[in-house]
Amino acid sequence: MRSVLCYGYGNPGRQDDGLGVALVEQLETWAMAEKIPGLTFDSNYQLNAEDALAIAGHDLVIFADATGEGADAFAFRRLVPHATIAFSTHAMAPESVLALCAELYGKQPPTWLLTIRGSAWEPNGALPAAAQANLAAAVVFLKEWLRRPPAAV
Amino acid sequence: MNPEAEKVFNAGAARANAAYAGQRRNVTINPITRLEGHGKIDIFLDGKGDVERAYLQVPELRGFEVFSLGRPAEDMPQITSRICGVCPTAHHMAATKALDSLYQVEPTSAGKKIRELVYNAFTLEDHALHVFVLGGPDFIVGPEAPPELRNIVGVIGKVGLEAGKKVISMRRRVREITSYFGGKVVHPVLGLPGGVSKALKAEDLPKFKELATAGVEFAEWTLGVFKSIVLGNPEYVKMITSDAYTHKTCYMGTVDANNNVNFYDGVTRVVDCNGKEVCKFTAKQYRDFIAEHTEPWSYMKFTFLKDRGWNGFAEGPESSIYSVGPLARLNAADGMATPKAQAAYEEFYNTLGGKPVHHTLANHWARVIEMIYAAERIEQLVNDPEITSPDVRRIPTALPTEGMGIVEAPRGTLFHHYQTDVNGLITMANMVVATGNNAARIAMSIDRAAKGLIKGGHVTEGLLNKVEMAFRAYDPCLGCATHTLPGHMPLRARIYNQSREIVQELVQD
Repeated sequence: MRSVLCYGYGNPGRQDDGLGVALVEQLETWAMAEKIPGLTFDSNYQLNAEDALAIAGHDLVIFADATGEGADAFAFRRLVPHATIAFSTHAMAPESVLALCAELYGKQPPTWLLTIRGSAWEPNGALPAAAQANLAAAVVFLKEWLRRPPAAV
Repeated sequence: MNPEAEKVFNAGAARANAAYAGQRRNVTINPITRLEGHGKIDIFLDGKGDVERAYLQVPELRGFEVFSLGRPAEDMPQITSRICGVCPTAHHMAATKALDSLYQVEPTSAGKKIRELVYNAFTLEDHALHVFVLGGPDFIVGPEAPPELRNIVGVIGKVGLEAGKKVISMRRRVREITSYFGGKVVHPVLGLPGGVSKALKAEDLPKFKELATAGVEFAEWTLGVFKSIVLGNPEYVKMITSDAYTHKTCYMGTVDANNNVNFYDGVTRVVDCNGKEVCKFTAKQYRDFIAEHTEPWSYMKFTFLKDRGWNGFAEGPESSIYSVGPLARLNAADGMATPKAQAAYEEFYNTLGGKPVHHTLANHWARVIEMIYAAERIEQLVNDPEITSPDVRRIPTALPTEGMGIVEAPRGTLFHHYQTDVNGLITMANMVVATGNNAARIAMSIDRAAKGLIKGGHVTEGLLNKVEMAFRAYDPCLGCATHTLPGHMPLRARIYNQSREIVQELVQD
């Protein structure tokens, strides 16, 4: 059985910035209720170096994050490793985590990034209706995808 | 700064401010998209192409203080931990201590020890992140290395794959301590007024002891790496001690009863640029000792020593500017409370010419010394018989009114201050964060580094990185937990000629 990691990152204290974390929390509830095997869930404010170790232990990885760009409710794309420079903040891009995983552990688990469109980033407010709708659409999509990941993966 | 120099400095500052106002359309910070936007350095050149003034500008957002109004005080550790995804534990702990003060309750001894255990674990892993991931590329890979190598992969290329694995493994393991007590980092449940929510079970203690021992070994190994790669390179040492990265200001840090460094508790001590104690104060007294100053060119508030008044961005015995963070803590203390850290502390001052050390880049070395202290303190705490006591909380009974809490965040002193109504609902919240405490000195560091490194209008990517290094040494945290989509904050530097036209723009994405 393939081991799949679903990792949401962002700040739930900043409205839509927490969409990735909210998605993972909803999926975790769903997976437990439906007894979907092989899924692991994690979340944090941002990605960091030690996440390279976390993804190395899985056959397939899905990162979930919020985005302020794009016309669609969500977007889903395959990532390729790419080490970038981090200036002053304490986070790593998902591509960098993947690159670090390849460098350190010789593994490149197939990795996707699901970005959910957000537009409100105020402290600790509730998720606006638009973000909730985008989240719901992303959850429906990812549930289906997780039930039947592409055969080539 | 002598009066004549100050006059020249102020005249330059006034011209730069006027130029800033005149070019507002060009230099206004772009609309904040994912909150943090970007940091920006504006460098103004004179007729010779030398630097007249350099400014760092960042958006500072204090919405959490407003948001807190009307909220139950007991929610503050959760609310404020979301101010910053980099140091959620620091905000969580400062808020928890402010609640102790607010509800006038003394935590149980075991509760305090668990808090300190978690807090030192947090500091250890956070410092390790900076040493190897953020600041490391500057020294371990080298400031002149190509940009594509100045990252964690470049660091691993220098220290080796196994060393890279060791760093990552240790950070992940140390985080287990935080998770054990506090649950998921985005939903922390550790701190309560009067103690903590969870005791350490005796059956779980062995794995904590094993981790503590590994933590000490890891911190000592890190010091060895630092000495070998950084101190073993005369060019790096020359850069650390160069004028471009040196300021004679005051220093602030929390100390215990013996004036030793303490991250979790104690009193706040300030020393001047000669190392002489200026003041000591408790959390409840902080507003009697520090104040904030604003400048027209920055959203940041610059804290200074209240008794001395705002004397501008001046250095020397009369300076009212102070620094916080690893170097400041070591300067403000008389020593370290654990043996291996104390030995490293003595070596630090013996090597750099005695106390206080004014070299901004020495923060990196000080950070490694603090890693050793944090690891040793973890080891002490897990070997304390009281650490597994179930008596982890004293229930508060007093009515809330006003509370203040201070901790040493990895990047410096952090103040939380709340007032409530009789129902415990927040009526006032004020937070002075570490980067705010460092803001004035950071501004001076950017200016000094730019002046020291950029001559005759010659600006290269490598020079820009050296200017940034002055900034990165403070391990600043500029906004909040919100990340930009690429996962980092780009930096934009614009260089203006004497006519205030942009002559060069460099962007580090």
